[in-house]
Amino acid sequence: MRHTLAVLVENHPGVLVHVAGLIARRAFNIESISAGHTEEPDMTRITIVVEGDDRDLNQVVNQLSKLVDVIKIIDLTQEPSIERDMALIKVKARAETRSHIVDIVEIFRAKIVDVNRETMVIELTGEESKIDALCEVLQDYGIVEMVRTGKIALARRPGAAKDDE
Amino acid sequence: MTGAQAVVACLEKEGVELIFGYPGGVVLPLYDALYDSSIRHVLTRHEQGAAHGADGYARATGKVGVCFATSGPGATNLITGIATANMDSVPMVCITGQVVMPVIGKDSFQEADITGITAPITKHNYLVKNPADLPRILKEAFYIARTGRPGPVVVDIPKDIFTATIDFVYPEEVKLRGYKPLFAGQAEQVDALAEALSKASKPLLFIGGGVISAGASADLVRLAETYEIPVISSLMALGAMPTDHRLHLGMVGMHGTVAANLAVMNCDLLIGVGARFDDRVTGKITHFAPNARIAHLDIDPAEIDKNVRTHLRVIGDLAWSLPTLQQSLARYDFVVEKHTAWLNQVVQWQTDSPLTYQASETVIKPQLVIQELNRLSEGRGLVVTDVGQHQMWTAQYHRFSRPRTLLTSGGLGTMGFGLPAAIGAQLAFPDELVTLISGDGSIMMNIQELATIVEHQLPIKVAILNNNALGMVQQWQRMFFNQRYSHSSFGVGASDYVKIAEAFGATGLRATTPGELTEVITQALAINGPVVMDIHVCAEENVLPMVPAGASLDQMIEGGVG
Repeated sequence: MRHTLAVLVENHPGVLVHVAGLIARRAFNIESISAGHTEEPDMTRITIVVEGDDRDLNQVVNQLSKLVDVIKIIDLTQEPSIERDMALIKVKARAETRSHIVDIVEIFRAKIVDVNRETMVIELTGEESKIDALCEVLQDYGIVEMVRTGKIALARRPGAAKDDE
Repeated sequence: MTGAQAVVACLEKEGVELIFGYPGGVVLPLYDALYDSSIRHVLTRHEQGAAHGADGYARATGKVGVCFATSGPGATNLITGIATANMDSVPMVCITGQVVMPVIGKDSFQEADITGITAPITKHNYLVKNPADLPRILKEAFYIARTGRPGPVVVDIPKDIFTATIDFVYPEEVKLRGYKPLFAGQAEQVDALAEALSKASKPLLFIGGGVISAGASADLVRLAETYEIPVISSLMALGAMPTDHRLHLGMVGMHGTVAANLAVMNCDLLIGVGARFDDRVTGKITHFAPNARIAHLDIDPAEIDKNVRTHLRVIGDLAWSLPTLQQSLARYDFVVEKHTAWLNQVVQWQTDSPLTYQASETVIKPQLVIQELNRLSEGRGLVVTDVGQHQMWTAQYHRFSRPRTLLTSGGLGTMGFGLPAAIGAQLAFPDELVTLISGDGSIMMNIQELATIVEHQLPIKVAILNNNALGMVQQWQRMFFNQRYSHSSFGVGASDYVKIAEAFGATGLRATTPGELTEVITQALAINGPVVMDIHVCAEENVLPMVPAGASLDQMIEGGVG
């Protein structure tokens, strides 16, 4: 089963290397990993999606917890949370296909953020499955290149995960 | 003061009495500051020797071992020593120099990314980028190294940090949001284990190195004695319970005793205490303790369920959990006699299948060397080993009566560990007998440290079990590779260890017959100075019993005279 982990870490140099290196050498299966600043300047939040059974998950959590720079780990799979992924997709768009693609973009509530004579770039934010669905449709027109952020997630409840006991 | 002076001041504040190290380019400011300090520094002849020296000191004393090395090759030479300490949870702080900050990342002379390289083999590491951080980082480094599950911490310090000027204030306390080593755990976990133990009829305590690092040996022995529970040890736990204790069945695993291995296969409750269920212990993991519920007491939550699935777990310091378990058990109406049948059974196994070997009157059997060293030294002092057959025979045939008297590289299995680790042990305990049991393979891996031993006139007794070969490699080649001894003999060009000892300024002695063996050991023990004993042992000897890799613990190849 897939688990989404929010890993709060000290914003120290090398902390991403420590986290990524540990995951690699303990041979855990990672689907996505993304990191960014938080409401606290000295804290970074890493969202990791890990695939495995409960025992694998416990090992990931326990091993990551041992890293001195890891402040806290929250398993967001266990509680209602908002999950988002963002994609930028550059798709072939000649004059004759452009309007078709615009229709698709509207249906998905995506945005066109750049256009030139041969391609356009579409931005879509949503759950992973929604992005997967858009990609599948756009494949008919030819995806030139694309990038995804990997999943980020936040619990719905009031209060911050970092304050939990 | 300068950053370098601040580092030395931090070490003084931490009560460091001994540093192992090797100077070089970027650490010259540090060494200059050290020149004015009362802390003793021991110059090893290779940085690897410095790392193992600090490790040996830490294992012998339980204090944090400290070593210095310069940037680049100096620091990379520490790597094997750091990995060795990490695998065996030994507290160490390694201070490495780094090139000046403006040239980091430019492939500068003697530059190596040491925090990158050591990330997987340290408990934590630091690259100091701001001179003002030095006191805090060193305070944290020592705290992290010695608390919780101990381990090595690397602090990498660029040369311009050493030369910068700082206002020195040593912090009173450590504030680490992400590091909260736990002492006491949950009492309910202990109660659940007590309940299980009160119901078990064939309980077994399996102890690991954690018992020694937690200082919980006495608690463990008391628990075993009160409830008449037999005990088996991992290599790292030897000494936690006296070898000759009536409840101690010896070492378990690949070269464990028959009784210990059969006890695992037949117990109904196996209680792992500060052990990590390493593959050399468990054999085929799916066949480990097949009839037992498994309980695990450990300070490191990541060890639980890592290798074996456990039914009961108690997370916390053993110095808390073992006494708490003892208290909890007192609430049960415990009939100790219900373990009697089980105890009789394991003792029977012990009687039926003791460790044995075919004695000889003409050649020196390696097992005899261990027995004679043990007998003639009256089991005094500390024993250090290298890695290989001699290590396993030491574990099997030497008697240990107290913790921290066997220093050996268990997890990483580092050949070359012994000589520098013995230096650390002897410097920690100048008045104790320190014996290094090594092989002709291992000893050559850090032979240069004989110079350090002679420089400081450390009265270490080195016994080389010389079989002109890599004994453990040949044993495997004999048993599993059709006796094809591929590149494992030192036949041609074998070294003369007596001459080597003499060239370094130590005493060299040689024994080639059983009679000479006794004589040489007696003579060596009487010499108040470093001695190297070149003991020619018979080459075709196997370490037995042996559980082949991947087999279950009851599939032992037994040996001896039968």
